[in-house]
Amino acid sequence: MNRRKPKRIRVYGPGEILWLVVLFVLAAAIVYPLFWILMSSFKDYQGIYGNVWGFPKVWHVENYMTAWNKGISQYFVNSAVVTAVTIVGVVLTASFAAFGICQTTGALGNAIFLLCMCGLLLSPQVCLLPLFMLLRTLKLKNTLWAMILPYIAFRLPVSIMMIRSFFVGISKELEEAATIDGASLFQIYRHIYLPLSKPILSTVVIMTAYYGWNEFMFAAIFVDSSKLRTIPVGLMTFRDGLMTEWGVVLAGMVIACLPIMILFLLMQKSFVRGMSAGSVKG
Amino acid sequence: MKKRRNLEALAFAVPALIILSLFVFYPLVRNMIYSFQSFTLSSVAKEWVGLKNYMTLFSDKIILTCLKNNILYALISIVIQVGFGLVLAAVLEDVAFRKLSPVLRSIYFVPTVISMTVVCLLFEFIYNPQIGLLNSFLEIIGLPGLSRIWLGSKKTAMFSVIAVSQWQSTGYVTMLFIVAIQKIPKDLYEAAQVDGAGKIKRFFYITVPQVRQMFFVTMILTVSGAFTVFNEPYILTGGGPGTATMVLSLHMYQTGFVKNNMGYASTIAMVIFVITALLSSVQFFSFGAEKGER
Repeated sequence: MNRRKPKRIRVYGPGEILWLVVLFVLAAAIVYPLFWILMSSFKDYQGIYGNVWGFPKVWHVENYMTAWNKGISQYFVNSAVVTAVTIVGVVLTASFAAFGICQTTGALGNAIFLLCMCGLLLSPQVCLLPLFMLLRTLKLKNTLWAMILPYIAFRLPVSIMMIRSFFVGISKELEEAATIDGASLFQIYRHIYLPLSKPILSTVVIMTAYYGWNEFMFAAIFVDSSKLRTIPVGLMTFRDGLMTEWGVVLAGMVIACLPIMILFLLMQKSFVRGMSAGSVKG
Repeated sequence: MKKRRNLEALAFAVPALIILSLFVFYPLVRNMIYSFQSFTLSSVAKEWVGLKNYMTLFSDKIILTCLKNNILYALISIVIQVGFGLVLAAVLEDVAFRKLSPVLRSIYFVPTVISMTVVCLLFEFIYNPQIGLLNSFLEIIGLPGLSRIWLGSKKTAMFSVIAVSQWQSTGYVTMLFIVAIQKIPKDLYEAAQVDGAGKIKRFFYITVPQVRQMFFVTMILTVSGAFTVFNEPYILTGGGPGTATMVLSLHMYQTGFVKNNMGYASTIAMVIFVITALLSSVQFFSFGAEKGER
């Protein structure tokens, strides 16, 4: 067996070459459709219908202007507001809760933590009908809050879990020194824990942004007014309203993807970290 | 002194507890109550009907279609996302592809980042019978006989919807496996190599047993994802043609908001709850504590 060792230098056997082909085919199956969206977003109806695969003959850059002016701008702003408020809400309440759980001694802290983690067992689908009724009773249905509040609630368990596991690792020395100096719990939270937790907080921000920007079900059901729609739902309305103006719809799709794509390209590491930490639930 | 500090610390958790109770736990309890009642979206009073809604479950033919489709969803997702995803992760982590791997990994992950609506609208173009890329592609490679009305035919609609999820999520599961494989001590592989174990053997005797925890996590993730799937069939087919692509959560939505039978819809929600809670509590109690300590 040992005599075959020199063979290891040859990394590419037939198996590897076969896999190389498979890997490239898979990559093409992902890249090409995305590239097709981008390319076709510059075409008009004839351009897409007559020549699905080719490059646009005339580049209809105005598709983007039309998409933006025909409603995407409003959806974009709504999505931005909903996402931003959700992020602030999640980061504040989750870091508060995680801090509280870490500071509470004895079984009580663990009990609260477990209670929060129970939220992981529930899927949004199960709460859909009663949430609808509740939001209607609270007169929040058909407002941006109808998305923001459930979003915060459903992001809390996984965010608390991530922040808590980070807080547990923070050394107690600074904190003890501060306590002796008479610092209040809030001061310890504000001046010791928060500044030290930037890496995990940025991961929580990214995961919440990703969720808030893309969430569809609650946004589709809790909001009727087209003025309040977020991008994922707005795109559907947009498609139904434009029928055959495919180029404009495709331009809208590109605009919808841009913010999260940019975020992903800039902060890939945080994305992967967040997504694998969140794998306790999707 | 100690007690006061504890109370003070507790206060920090109060906002989160209020939000969770109001928007997650209370709706669940409410849903349980609803499932024993009969009411519509506009009715003022709710009528108690006991187990009637639960009896309806057994005579509802659509429930069977839903379960069949959700199970099909789960099976295909297990094979492609978990099974193929693991193999793909192992291949990407192989020395032969060390240079290519970071780029490919990112490419495979991109669909996860894109919103479901955009992905679904893209696949409407791909499946479109007239201009569709898929039929056109089949024609180009010389198999025009295979072209179909993908979303419009009862035979292919469900598979077409499931395929969309595979396209979107396989890269995500692959990424989870890559993270797990990178944690395996390298000397395990080196020792196996010295003993003359080939790549396939190393995959089955080292990689697979070493990533079993992640394997378990992804299994539960994909299966509970398959039993709660809503967006894809809602956007692509609305459950049609006929009831060919009906799934549990879509049936719940239509029963509640279209047929205006909120009580029975809540009972369907309970079915989803039982299935997903069972799945995630298995995961939670075997790995939850371990994960939290990290």
